[in-house]
Amino acid sequence: MLNRDEDILKAAENWMKSGHGVALATVVETWGSAPRPAGSSLVINDDGTFLGSVSGGCVEGAVVTEALDVIASGTPKMLEFGVADETAWNVGLSCGGTIRVFVEKVGNS
Amino acid sequence: MKHNTLTELNAERAARRAVIVVTDVVSGDQRLIKAADIASDPLHAELDKHLRMGKSGMIEADGKKLFLNVYAPTARLVIIGAVHISQALAPLAQSLDYDVFVVDPRTAFASPERFPDVPLFADWPDVALPPLHVDRYTAFVALTHDPKIDDPALLHALSRDCFYIGALGSRKTHAKRLDRLKAQGASEAALARIHAPIGLNIGAVSPSEIAVAIMAEITARLRLPADAPLKTKSAA
Repeated sequence: MLNRDEDILKAAENWMKSGHGVALATVVETWGSAPRPAGSSLVINDDGTFLGSVSGGCVEGAVVTEALDVIASGTPKMLEFGVADETAWNVGLSCGGTIRVFVEKVGNS
Repeated sequence: MKHNTLTELNAERAARRAVIVVTDVVSGDQRLIKAADIASDPLHAELDKHLRMGKSGMIEADGKKLFLNVYAPTARLVIIGAVHISQALAPLAQSLDYDVFVVDPRTAFASPERFPDVPLFADWPDVALPPLHVDRYTAFVALTHDPKIDDPALLHALSRDCFYIGALGSRKTHAKRLDRLKAQGASEAALARIHAPIGLNIGAVSPSEIAVAIMAEITARLRLPADAPLKTKSAA
């Protein structure tokens, strides 16, 4: 069973309640044949546990790494992933698209 | 995202109300807009368009790059009739992420053995339907062939503005149904919303194929603009 967005956001709330640092990564723009549409999201906690999907698996690892930085710093980040593999994380989308992912901390700071 | 924004977002979604979160992707500034507040929002034209299409996306407004994240409620499918087609339709709809409910007062039909993993309501529609909160994010199908069960259910669905309402039966059966519903006060405009014969015409024969035809038509009604033409209907 796939996690729906509402399950993902409830998990984020539960993680917050139990004292975890939490980040939310959301696909905000796509070009070409991107695997997941704008609005798709991934939540990550400070253990590196994550739920949801922004790419069908191609770039999640890199997003989680960046999200841990965002949890630590509190400063949102925009990540971009394309097929050209020219990103700092050297991961790409095999389907040939480009996606932009906004990563923000969940919290009151 | 602020913690209380997340809490409010989850609460609105639990109540099956649409929400749009607007994020300035440069500054990180964010606000949550409830469906009821869209009309009075400065961005109402863009918000309304995105909500209707169920589509999240970037816009530019006042020189700012804003991401509109649309949270529409999870689509539901209410099936009237624990019949053979329903046994194929329920798991298919679940695989498409619909929350599925089956209503049939005939307990021999509405048995957990016939419908594993599907919430079953072995009651008449007037008892079973009000607690299900049928709404505009619900697709509704009447499949019993029995006017005693289908007719009151269809009247309920019409009063709740479901995005899709379908009924099983030939053109002749449907014409008789329309006469009965009209006699019970349903307007011509409301009755025109019922898809019957149900399903897209894909030459469906078996219950599973008819289920595919029904879900194809429901998908089109969920995803396409309201006035987009669908192909001719089958006689399922």
